[in-house]
Amino acid sequence: MNCSEITKKYYRVNRLPHIWCPGCGHGTLTNTVVRAIDRLGLNKDEVVIVSGIGCSSRAPGYLDFNTLHTTHGRALAFATGIKLANPKLHVIVIMGDGDSSAIGGNHLIHAARRNIDITTIVFNNNIYGMTGGQFSPTTPYGDLATTAAYGNIDKPFDLCSLAQGAGATYVGRATAYHAVLMQRLIEKGIQNKGFSFIEGLSLCPTYYGRKNKKGNAFKMHTFLKENCIDKKIVDKDPEKGKNKIIIGEFYNNPQPEYIESYQVITDMFQGRGEKNGEV
Amino acid sequence: MEKYEIRLSGSGGQGVILASIILADAAIEQGLNAIQTQSYGPEARGGSSKAELIISREEISYPKLRKANILLSLTQNAYDKYIASLDKDGILIVDEDIKLSGNYPVKTYRLPILKNAVEKFETAMVANIISVGAIYELIGEDVIDKEIMIRSISERVPPPTIQKNLEAFEEGINLIRGYYE
Amino acid sequence: MNDKGYKLVQGNEACVEGALAAGMRFFAGYPITPSTEIAELSSQRLPKLGGKFIQMEDELASMAAIIGASLAGMKSMTATSGPGFSLMQENIGYAAIAEIPCVIVNVQRGGPSTGQPTSPAQGDVMQARWGTHGDHPAIALTPNSVQETFEYTVKAFNLAEKYRTPVILLMDEIVGHMREKMTYKNISDLEVINRKKPSCKPEEYVAYRPDEDMIPPMASFGEGYRYHVTGLTHDETGFPTNSNEISERLIKRIVDKVEKNIDDFSYFEEYKMEDAEMAIIAYGGVSRSAKSAVDQLRKQNIKAGMFRPITIWPFLEKQVHKVSFQVKEIYVAEMNLGQYSLEVERAACKNCKVSKINKVNGELITPEEIIEALGGRYEL
Repeated sequence: MNCSEITKKYYRVNRLPHIWCPGCGHGTLTNTVVRAIDRLGLNKDEVVIVSGIGCSSRAPGYLDFNTLHTTHGRALAFATGIKLANPKLHVIVIMGDGDSSAIGGNHLIHAARRNIDITTIVFNNNIYGMTGGQFSPTTPYGDLATTAAYGNIDKPFDLCSLAQGAGATYVGRATAYHAVLMQRLIEKGIQNKGFSFIEGLSLCPTYYGRKNKKGNAFKMHTFLKENCIDKKIVDKDPEKGKNKIIIGEFYNNPQPEYIESYQVITDMFQGRGEKNGEV
Repeated sequence: MEKYEIRLSGSGGQGVILASIILADAAIEQGLNAIQTQSYGPEARGGSSKAELIISREEISYPKLRKANILLSLTQNAYDKYIASLDKDGILIVDEDIKLSGNYPVKTYRLPILKNAVEKFETAMVANIISVGAIYELIGEDVIDKEIMIRSISERVPPPTIQKNLEAFEEGINLIRGYYE
Repeated sequence: MNDKGYKLVQGNEACVEGALAAGMRFFAGYPITPSTEIAELSSQRLPKLGGKFIQMEDELASMAAIIGASLAGMKSMTATSGPGFSLMQENIGYAAIAEIPCVIVNVQRGGPSTGQPTSPAQGDVMQARWGTHGDHPAIALTPNSVQETFEYTVKAFNLAEKYRTPVILLMDEIVGHMREKMTYKNISDLEVINRKKPSCKPEEYVAYRPDEDMIPPMASFGEGYRYHVTGLTHDETGFPTNSNEISERLIKRIVDKVEKNIDDFSYFEEYKMEDAEMAIIAYGGVSRSAKSAVDQLRKQNIKAGMFRPITIWPFLEKQVHKVSFQVKEIYVAEMNLGQYSLEVERAACKNCKVSKINKVNGELITPEEIIEALGGRYEL
């Protein structure tokens, strides 16, 4: 399907143009989500996209699915309620770096721990963009932000390691430049019956880029192109991974899924004729 | 019958809360009004444990005890803590190992509850049901049918222990009956 | 349950039974005293009914999960106490602005902060009204017995569904933890209300366009009505708006849909108020002491009565105003330092004197304390 067909089929065209700044990576990443859904042929009525607060969280509003723009950090908790209430729905969560790992860090690790069948996609631009460029849990050490005027002294999270350590059963990373890889990881994430976590490195030329003299959006994309290397290559030759950002599929290890485990319990009571008022 | 305000006290794990629920359950089945409350939290674990029960023919508004007219204490701690809450005309039931302080009420029953539980039933677990028997004997069959009590106990204790608990219930009744003989 | 249709039940258990009778099929919660029995019993009962129970990582998440489940079509509830209720405030506001039906049970304990976890209090009355930021509607019900807990949990669900708004069941430790008789009779005759669904085709659905009753029909996610839900102020389509006019219209509508319908759910009890010259206003656990105090005062030929709001929010303006014309003095007895009394003072408009009887030591106010507080002015 070409670009305009995708747009017509999956975007709420009357909601466009989007609010993202020129050069922002979020538009590309949003498109990888849509293309993954298209490739898998999911029924639009059965897809729910949930987001929190921040630049990334505006993505669902542009998309023609069941869409829920929640509170800051809580997207996964809302999504858990939706998925558990109606397991037929494909629940995809889009969050930002601060959204998912600062204010929403607790919800992230527990959703991962439960291995509930939700696909989580983080648009990581290393900054709080919506509020004007404060440092986030993924801002590199020493970098500048509006609340790190003398350099960031917080150490950044490796989001994929965090998710994997917490129990996610499918984990991968790509970038706004590596859109094809990103789309493939999302497809596999959605297909994984369990908690999937895909980090999409985005870029914020407006705040992070300008503050840290990273050049314009073109230069920031070029940086991603030149400094990322696929895990498969590094696995064969670790030397090649030195000072590079590793991308690709990191972990794919299906485990019993939360709602399936819950179903086993409810099945025990099937046909027993339980009614209200029988303590 | 008058209004019964009963406080059951002991240490956590002795089952005084279950005892109070069994009595409340039976009172309700009998068509009386009853309210049961209990202590919660750290107090309910290891330390002293307390349950309260009001039984009345009238509607019960205020749900807490003012003065107990029956106080059961299975431990020294519980006795020391709650003896002051017993009405001056109230009835005291204590385990026989408890040392009574100066002004205990006229109607006092010092019963070998814990000893008989272990010696006759080979488990301290039935001390609470012996206590239920003792309290029931004081309330009387004219207030709650014995059949209802037996049903209430049978429904609330673990099924394999029903027989033993019903015997413990009889033991409690007999301890009170034989006390002044 | 016996064949007579009643049983000894704990207040917290009655809440679960009421919720199930109302059609609750989703519960998310986090353990906290003194509400824990509600989560425990829900976890036992829901799987047997094909419902869902989940213990979330905290109360923020619990509140979020029940909103999500409600959007997916399930009647949902959470239960908590003071500290957890504070954490839920953020998403209670979300449920209010996004108009998602759900029930929040708060079994009040002593506060602030960790306070007195196992002791009763009524210090969250104002929080139940104004706990979340911004102007918003609030419905809160305060049962005073096990039977009422059952019945008003059903009503809480009905109001949430009917008005598409979060409803708070504001219990206290006294009511939550006491065991007394609960009648199951007529359980099948209970009125159960379900949310209004759209009757139009999906392509004609405007998610937040209200009907004449100010309430928009609600489709569930997955039913083919693909729409957008946000906590931002939004227009009738559900999408964010920067229009001042539309924003104001939205906030006024979500408040009005509740407050203008107050007559539909003004639940209260008047006890011996016919000829009363003085009224005790009390709610929840304390109202049981107040009733006992009235009985004792009446025995001494003192014309006391009790007005007991069950609908504690919105404030029963009309009824309290009427009481203020009738009596010489109102005493507001509550287990806090004076919260509901502020509203009573306002509604009484100086028609009569309003005095306060307060206690925050973790014990229920006794009938004797109420009588004593009155003693200064009434020859006993």
